[in-house]
Amino acid sequence: MSHHTSLGLDNRKMAFWAFIGSECLLFGSLIATYLVYKGRSVVGPYPHDVLNIPFTSISTFDLLMSSLMMVLALAAVQRNDMRWAKVWLFSTALLGIFFLGGQVYEFTSFVHEGLTLQRNLFGATFFVLTGTHGAHVSVGVLWLLTLWYRALRGKLTAANAMTVEITGLYWHFVDVIWIVIFTVVYLIQ
Amino acid sequence: MQDQKSAEHGHPTAAVYLRVAAVLVILTVLEVGVFYVPQFHGVLVPVLLCLSAVKFTLVVMFYMHLKMDSPFFTFLFGGPLLLATAVILALMFMFGAFTLRR
Repeated sequence: MSHHTSLGLDNRKMAFWAFIGSECLLFGSLIATYLVYKGRSVVGPYPHDVLNIPFTSISTFDLLMSSLMMVLALAAVQRNDMRWAKVWLFSTALLGIFFLGGQVYEFTSFVHEGLTLQRNLFGATFFVLTGTHGAHVSVGVLWLLTLWYRALRGKLTAANAMTVEITGLYWHFVDVIWIVIFTVVYLIQ
Repeated sequence: MQDQKSAEHGHPTAAVYLRVAAVLVILTVLEVGVFYVPQFHGVLVPVLLCLSAVKFTLVVMFYMHLKMDSPFFTFLFGGPLLLATAVILALMFMFGAFTLRR
């Protein structure tokens, strides 16, 4: 049940923007920790030994495309075109699952190369930062699949557009955080 | 018809979303390209940070609709974002990431 605040804004949307603001501080602290300890590992593997830029570039492309699918899903719900809304919602979730699969593959290969959470400062800060982001993507995928299931059951209509918009805000936030992580962790070594 | 309905919600049309996606892909290709070109290594960090900032802004403005929505949402997001950036820079400064030159 939504209400309009004294500012004339939807209360759920306002609360969600405040939540996203708090998430900025969470990821800000994790990125700060990564940068502070950058280059201070006394044993390897070091970032240039393990990071695979071509592979991560594909993951980045995947997440950017998922954001496009998300806005197309919202546009479809707003015009009550539920057939396309279902397609775009599922596509967004699927791209999120591909991203998570890529992260699982990346983490597994790093562990095989000797980089673990306890190995060195790079391992500790890298796994905590990217792992927290991955956990957020997982929550987003579950949220999207829930919406898709509701759409399949006919319980998602244009009247629920705000619910889809808020889900989209979360998903795009996860995307912008990855934009920063891709640059700061992977490209600026 | 689709454009008209999207405009009723004050949100961009599908065509705008597609154009933004195309720009985001081009910027990502540029980022990765710059990373592999040795001539750019001297200016790699500022170039990558600028490209990343443009991508970040495009997603926030168009996909998260801050360009069209109430400025109060921009305040709710921008305030903590600035604070987080300040915390990152302050911690990096405190731990010696920036060397002051006399």
